[in-house]
Amino acid sequence: MKKNGKRSHFTPARIGVYGFLLFSAAFFLAPLYIMLTTSFKSMDEIRLGQIFSLPHTLTFDAWRLAWSEACTGVACEGVRAGFWNSVRIAVPSTVLPILIGALNGYCLSFWRPRGANWLFGVLMLGAFIPLQVMIYPLVKLEAALGMYSSLTGIVVVHIIFSMPVMTLLFRNYYAAIPMELFKAARIDGGGFWRIFVQLMLPMSVPIVIVAAIMQITGVWNDYILGLVFAGRENLPMTVQLNNVINTTTGERLYNVNMAATMLTSAVPLLVYLVSGRWFVRGITAGAVKG
Amino acid sequence: MATSRLKARLRGLTPWSALLPLAATVLVAYLGTALWSLWISVSNSRTFPGTEFVGLSQYERLFDNDRWQHALYNLGIYGVLFIAACMVIGFLLAVFIDQKVRGEGVLRVAFLYPYAMSFVATGLVWQWVLNPESGLQNAMQQLGWQGFTFDWIIDQDKVIYTVVIASVWQASGLVMALMLAGLRGIDVEIWKAAQLDGVPAWRVYLSVVLPMMGPTLATVFVLLSTAVVKAFDVVVAMTQGGPGTASDLPAKFIMDHLFGRANLALASAGAMTMLLTVLVIVAPLLYLRSRKKEGGHA
Amino acid sequence: MSGVNIRDLSIAFGGHKVIEKLNLSVVEGEFLVLLGPSGCGKSTLLHSIAGLIEVSEGQIEIGGQDMTWAEPSERGIGMVFQSYALYPTMTVERNMSFGLRVNRVPKAEIEKRVARAAEILQLGPLLARKPSQLSGGQRQRVAIGRALVREAGVFLFDEPLSNLDAKLRGELRRELKLLHKNLGSTMIYVTHDQVEAMTLASRVVVMKSGQIQQIGTPAEVYEKPQNRFVAGFLGAPGMNFVDSRIEIENGQPVLRSPFALGLGDYDFQVKPQNGQAVTLGLRPEHISITPDGAWEAEIQLVEPMGNHQVLWLKAGDVLLSAVVHEALDFVADQRVRFTVDVKRVSLFDQGTEARL
Repeated sequence: MKKNGKRSHFTPARIGVYGFLLFSAAFFLAPLYIMLTTSFKSMDEIRLGQIFSLPHTLTFDAWRLAWSEACTGVACEGVRAGFWNSVRIAVPSTVLPILIGALNGYCLSFWRPRGANWLFGVLMLGAFIPLQVMIYPLVKLEAALGMYSSLTGIVVVHIIFSMPVMTLLFRNYYAAIPMELFKAARIDGGGFWRIFVQLMLPMSVPIVIVAAIMQITGVWNDYILGLVFAGRENLPMTVQLNNVINTTTGERLYNVNMAATMLTSAVPLLVYLVSGRWFVRGITAGAVKG
Repeated sequence: MATSRLKARLRGLTPWSALLPLAATVLVAYLGTALWSLWISVSNSRTFPGTEFVGLSQYERLFDNDRWQHALYNLGIYGVLFIAACMVIGFLLAVFIDQKVRGEGVLRVAFLYPYAMSFVATGLVWQWVLNPESGLQNAMQQLGWQGFTFDWIIDQDKVIYTVVIASVWQASGLVMALMLAGLRGIDVEIWKAAQLDGVPAWRVYLSVVLPMMGPTLATVFVLLSTAVVKAFDVVVAMTQGGPGTASDLPAKFIMDHLFGRANLALASAGAMTMLLTVLVIVAPLLYLRSRKKEGGHA
Repeated sequence: MSGVNIRDLSIAFGGHKVIEKLNLSVVEGEFLVLLGPSGCGKSTLLHSIAGLIEVSEGQIEIGGQDMTWAEPSERGIGMVFQSYALYPTMTVERNMSFGLRVNRVPKAEIEKRVARAAEILQLGPLLARKPSQLSGGQRQRVAIGRALVREAGVFLFDEPLSNLDAKLRGELRRELKLLHKNLGSTMIYVTHDQVEAMTLASRVVVMKSGQIQQIGTPAEVYEKPQNRFVAGFLGAPGMNFVDSRIEIENGQPVLRSPFALGLGDYDFQVKPQNGQAVTLGLRPEHISITPDGAWEAEIQLVEPMGNHQVLWLKAGDVLLSAVVHEALDFVADQRVRFTVDVKRVSLFDQGTEARL
């Protein structure tokens, strides 16, 4: 380094750092750029095959078709139906697992019934069981219970598969709350449910936000569970998207495909952009799995 | 008003009753299905569950199956490349972002947003980008590079690499976020001490930072490995396992045989194999974790 | 062994001036302590001497050479950090030798230096252990060892004892003092603990808000504080401050309220003015409880401390603390008489807070 004069901030190293980061950012953003530009082009322009170019004329046709007229298997009503299906699946599949996860975490952390830790341990292990092991028996089970191929069916499945992460999130969160607080509440006369509803849940807002973000994103982006368990009338948007793109006969309307993909990704992308820090917090908490 | 012993006992049951969903899920949905699949994998089931015990013959048939072998081969390539690329790229991105760059927030969004997209969407977009006629190859040719070819996606031998590219694009941001958290947990004064010793930055990363990030690296490795074993959506969306079965992966093989080709035993044998693989990867980590700390209140 | 000369040093962070035009000379071989409350700039000053913080203006000279822009590793210094900053995945031996290895020092030389440092600090049996297997005091010794092997001219210490419990702090303080006695190296030490400053320093630099308040031996800053801040910062229990006014009677300066005190024996640095508003500073140990004392007070509180007692005296409106070493019995509400040793007190102008 120089001995005479200030150290320069524009060293080759610094330029290299920015260069690498910008180049990488370009690589990561390129598909998004291509998706957007393709969706705004007309088919004539697309046939010219210049995926990097900006649209010569902006057309919203592709978006309209994707939303309400694209063919998703038998029906040709666009991914619009899928959107509402995804909503109807996502809401209960977020609320219920959070409630159950909170209840489990609360119970395990403060009440600690004997043997419950063993249950928790198996749950954690179960989180790693590939779903191909579970899927067929679950299908048969749900069929026997009469809920296969229905909204109830898919929600129950989501509850099952999200229970490990949800329970872990809440358990770790409650572990950081001092036991003295809980004991004080018991002395004040609180019972199991009262303490949960009136004390713990209100204190859980940060982790509920994190859990909600994780769950909404995970459920919305799910493909395989929705495909198997939701039933024809409740197929989520991801399934319909795949149908639109990979099972079309005749000419493939790439602009419609890209528009449909954007539409399907809109909700989780929006959640991510809005939630920023919380999203990362959720991944690191849940992904670390204990 | 004193409570009778019976009442106290009944109240003691409340926590247990609250855990009923947990118990039901663990016993039925997790243990129950695993045992069921285990049984099926050693039975003579085809379209319907069978009743005879046939030992490990289904596993033999499975591993004799050409398609399964190819799927395993693909899994190996996919796994190694995906994990290596994600960890290296994720680490580099984290290190560079940690250099007090301006616009860190924007850069992080750029790297992490792909993770917010579904696997299906990822597969579809990259299918479009790598399409030889209308995608990257064509665009590059039009820009002047006449000889540029990138038709891997229709090439039987190379298609699996395209799946790798799409997956790495999606997951590197997550790896970056995890590694960045690990990097930032390192005491600032260690950097100062190293600077004082005259240790160049790259050497600090290599000899001090990476060893300190051991737990983070292990976690990331386990996460990525389990994702590899479960990879399904992205293959279905991007290549449908094709051309033919060139980009088949075990998860897809199993799903196809469960529902399409109706060979329950073969599929279950495959599923149990997957389970075993995952357990082998995960068990050491979980064991170490459970020994280190007891969560909850002491 | 090197001296350090700092000339007109200014350091600013994002437009905010932390240190402005600071001048300091560190003599070769001395143990200089930078003492002050949090945020006074002492750590910033130390880190800028180390080269870890960039200066805005001024010069830093180490061992006669201009090191203002030199890299930390080129300055001939060793540093011990508050949190030890040991490399957790390396053994003690590797921790100490890492810097030397990176700089391609010959292996034989490395072994020699490590062995010497280990002997001085009694680290021999710990060389193969990792930091997580060491106690707080042992870790701190390893940190010192890592600085020692650099064979530097100046050693910098950034509050190295703050993370230790009281007993350990005392032990390591004595070890540090012995170390300085044996090595004779120049040491610059940052702390907010005045006990450490008093016991370790050959000279103390008291700082506040980026400015040096006073430089002197421990005795000087304690007995003759140059301003009210220094007076209040050193000493426990702290100095008693009483507001008053000087009156010149028959050519002699005296205080009239809250009690009469002749100032004839006081060593004035500045000529006192009639009517000047001053603050009288009395250290608890300079107040003597004697039956024939000139002033009266009521004991509000007695704090027995084992080998001495602290008495809280209410004299009129004023509350004073006094330290008594004799094993006499005092109780609350007891009335006593006391005197003050005028030669030992301090007088500060109320406006400028400077010593008279």
